[in-house]
Amino acid sequence: MTNKEYSKLVDKANNKSFVLKDCFFAFFTGGLICVLGQSLCDAFKFLGSSTLDAKTLSSITLIAIAIILTGLNIYPKIAKFAGAGTLVPITGFANACASPAIEFKPEGHILGIGANIFKISGPVIVYGLFSGWVFGIIIYIVNLF
Amino acid sequence: MARKIGKQTVVFDKNIAILNSACCVGKVEGEGPLSSTFDLHFEDDYLGQKTYEAAESEMIKQAISKVLKKSQISQSDIDIAITGDLLDQSIASTFAIKDFCLPHFSVFSACSASALEMGIGAIFIESGAAKHALCTASSHFCTAERQFRFPLTYGSKRTPNSQRTVTGAGAFLLAENKNAPQIKAVTFGKIKDYDITDANNMGAAMAPAAADTIKTYLEDTSKRLEDFDLILTGDLGKIGSKLVVELLKKEGIDISKQHDDCGLIIFDLNDEKCVAGGSGCGCSASVFAGHIMQKLKNGEIKKMLFCATGALLSPTSQNQGLSIPSVAHLVEIEGCKL
Repeated sequence: MTNKEYSKLVDKANNKSFVLKDCFFAFFTGGLICVLGQSLCDAFKFLGSSTLDAKTLSSITLIAIAIILTGLNIYPKIAKFAGAGTLVPITGFANACASPAIEFKPEGHILGIGANIFKISGPVIVYGLFSGWVFGIIIYIVNLF
Repeated sequence: MARKIGKQTVVFDKNIAILNSACCVGKVEGEGPLSSTFDLHFEDDYLGQKTYEAAESEMIKQAISKVLKKSQISQSDIDIAITGDLLDQSIASTFAIKDFCLPHFSVFSACSASALEMGIGAIFIESGAAKHALCTASSHFCTAERQFRFPLTYGSKRTPNSQRTVTGAGAFLLAENKNAPQIKAVTFGKIKDYDITDANNMGAAMAPAAADTIKTYLEDTSKRLEDFDLILTGDLGKIGSKLVVELLKKEGIDISKQHDDCGLIIFDLNDEKCVAGGSGCGCSASVFAGHIMQKLKNGEIKKMLFCATGALLSPTSQNQGLSIPSVAHLVEIEGCKL
C-alpha cells in the first residue's frame, strides 16, 4: 500500500470535527470576552478615568482575570469548548504566559519559569514585532510619495 | 532453548510464566469501565509528590511493591528488572527503580514497551540468565502532556482524533512456572512509516506497524486466527483500531471478531476527555496487568496475542516536520487453565 492510499484510508477512519458547533462556541465566548472588556472600559470611564486610561485598565483587568482563572485550572476548561474564542483575545495571551510559568516552576525560577514563560507566546511577540517593523517600512515608503 | 522461527518470531520451550502482575492508575482511569481490575487507583495526580515526574515514579514503585507482595518474593530474588516509560532518558523508571537496588536496564519503544519487555524477559528466563525477571511500563497524563504537547493549564482544544495518555503503571513478574499464564512466543516488530505526521493521530501512525507484526507472526508460526480468543492491540484507540482491522482485511486476514484494543476499553469513550481512546506505555501495561491477567488466570481467555504498539516520535522530530515511524511487538500468551 502506498502512503497516498493509506492516507485516504486514514481520512475515512478519522473522527470528524464539528466545525459549525466549534465556530459558534468560539464566536459566543470570544464575543462575551469582548463585551466584558467593553463593559470594564465603560465602568472605568464612569469612575472618572480618561478614555486611554480606561482602555489600559480594562486590558489589565482582563489579563488579571485570565491569569487567576489559569491558576485555578478553570481557563483550560472553558477553552475546551470555546477554542479560538478564548485563544484570540488578550486573555489567551495571558493564559499562554501563565500556563508555562506554572508548569515549569519545579525546574526553578531561572531555567524553569524564566526560560519557559514565553515558550508559547514567544512566537507571537517575535512575529508581532517583525510585522510591525515590516509595515512601518511600508508606511514610511508610501508616505514618501 | 529459545528458537527463532520464520522472519521475526522467537518461540520458547520452557514454561515461561507471567507469575503475577500489578497495576496502579490515576483518577480518570480509576473511574473508567475497568475500575475494579486495577490494584490501586489514586485520586491525586501528584500521588503526594512534588512533581508529576516523581508521581509517575511513585506509581511504578507501588506497582513493583504490589507484585513482589503478591508473589511472596523479596526484591533480592529479582535477577533483572526491565523498565520502560515515555520520559526523556527514562527518568520515571530510573528514579523508581533506584531504591530497589536491582540489576536494571530501561528500554525505549514508546507505548509498545510492555510487550517488548515481556519478550526480552522471556528470553532471559529461557536462557537461564534470570530466574525472576521484573518488567514495568508506565506513563502519566501530566508528564506526557508537558513533554509532548502543551502545559496542562494552557487553554487548547484537543482534536477529535487525539488520544489521552493513560496515567498508569503495570508491573509483571516473569519466572518458570506451569501454573500461571504462559508466554509461548514473541515477535519483535519492524518499524513502519506511512508518512503520518499528525501527532494528534497516533492510532493512524501505529496501525500499519500492528498489522505488519500480526501478519508476520501468523506467517512465521503458521498458526490460524481461529486458535485465538483475543487479539489485543496496545493503544491504537478508535481510529487505529478501525485501521488495523481494515489493513489486515486487505491482506486476507480478518481479525474483526477477536480484536480488541487496550486504548478502547480503558476509558469510557463517551467522556469528552477521551473520545479517541487511551495511549501511553501505561495503557497496555495496566489493562494487561489487571483486566487481561484476571481473564487469563480464570480461564476465560485460553489463547491470545498481545500486540503493543508504539509511536516513535519526539518533540524534536515533530518540530522538524518528520513523520511518525511506529513499531509493534507481539507476545503469544496462553491462559493457565487450558
